[in-house]
Amino acid sequence: MKASQSIRLLLVVLGLVGYFLINEPQSAYAMHIMEGFLPVGWAVFWWVAFIPFFVFGLRALRKITKETPELKLMLGLAAAFTFVLSALKIPSVTGSSSHPTGTGLGSVMFGPLPMSVLGSIVLLFQAVLLAHGGITTLGANAFSMAVCGPIIGYFVYKWLMKATGRQNLAIFCAAALADLSTYVVTSVQLALAFPSESGGFIASFLKFGGIFAVTQIPLAISEGLLTVLIWGWLKSHSTDELSILQRKMKGAETA
Amino acid sequence: MKLATRNILLLIGVVLLAVVPLIVVNGEFGGADNAAEALIQEIHPTYVPWFSSFFELPAETESMLFALQAAIGAGVIGYVIGYFKGKSRKKPNDDA
Repeated sequence: MKASQSIRLLLVVLGLVGYFLINEPQSAYAMHIMEGFLPVGWAVFWWVAFIPFFVFGLRALRKITKETPELKLMLGLAAAFTFVLSALKIPSVTGSSSHPTGTGLGSVMFGPLPMSVLGSIVLLFQAVLLAHGGITTLGANAFSMAVCGPIIGYFVYKWLMKATGRQNLAIFCAAALADLSTYVVTSVQLALAFPSESGGFIASFLKFGGIFAVTQIPLAISEGLLTVLIWGWLKSHSTDELSILQRKMKGAETA
Repeated sequence: MKLATRNILLLIGVVLLAVVPLIVVNGEFGGADNAAEALIQEIHPTYVPWFSSFFELPAETESMLFALQAAIGAGVIGYVIGYFKGKSRKKPNDDA
């Protein structure tokens, strides 16, 4: 990346920060859905929706470790990245805190399916030990963070690589949008479960989603920057693992 | 540009994104769990959570576990990157 590009990137970041400062502070719900806060029917529904992805994810993981055992360390790196990022509760422009998801990196490297397993492990850890999220709502939270986010990140990456060929840009956008879309899905889930009396689903979604989007946007940008950083580190050491991974990423592109 | 320079710029961006709201926005920066309840109860005043966590740890223990979570993750990342660095064939950094 050239110096002028970096400066432009920094300017964009600063501009966005300035833009968000205009927003009025308000309290916001910007994390995973809390234990017990989805009606039973919806909790079961999202569990059922999530489980197939988990099963496919396990199969994808097994395939990766069998065909390319060299990439186990890379998988560990992807998992560790989600672990770190979802532990970082960062203050945001709405006056409340939220955390990034860290799922973009893994889905760019390995495709979206393995992340359904890695992401839900993180969620389980937080639900059981930290009373953050919950067991009953784990299906819904995993569906948003470990299924939808990675899928969107993956396709954003593929599309941008094809359209522009600029990998850093593609990775930045993939990570940021995987992060942001996770919370958009969370607001859809909440709006479905709690449609507002007057305006129904749409009004409720705008309420949850309006808050989510604003809180999460700076965090999504942070996640994009951090993902580009990690990817740059990885690429700076040319190892066999890297070339295997890159061949894999290219191969998936034509498929 | 060298990789290190770029990384520093990236990190400055991340830090600014977190610090600037903290300074300029006048908010509680709470974990927002209570705000969640408020919002749901505002829309559906009759809703009662039907399940709660088996146990809730003291705030101090919780922050320790969050730190632990980040530490484990960072440790693994450091290990993997360090391993690759050690292993990599000698080759000049090609800035992407």
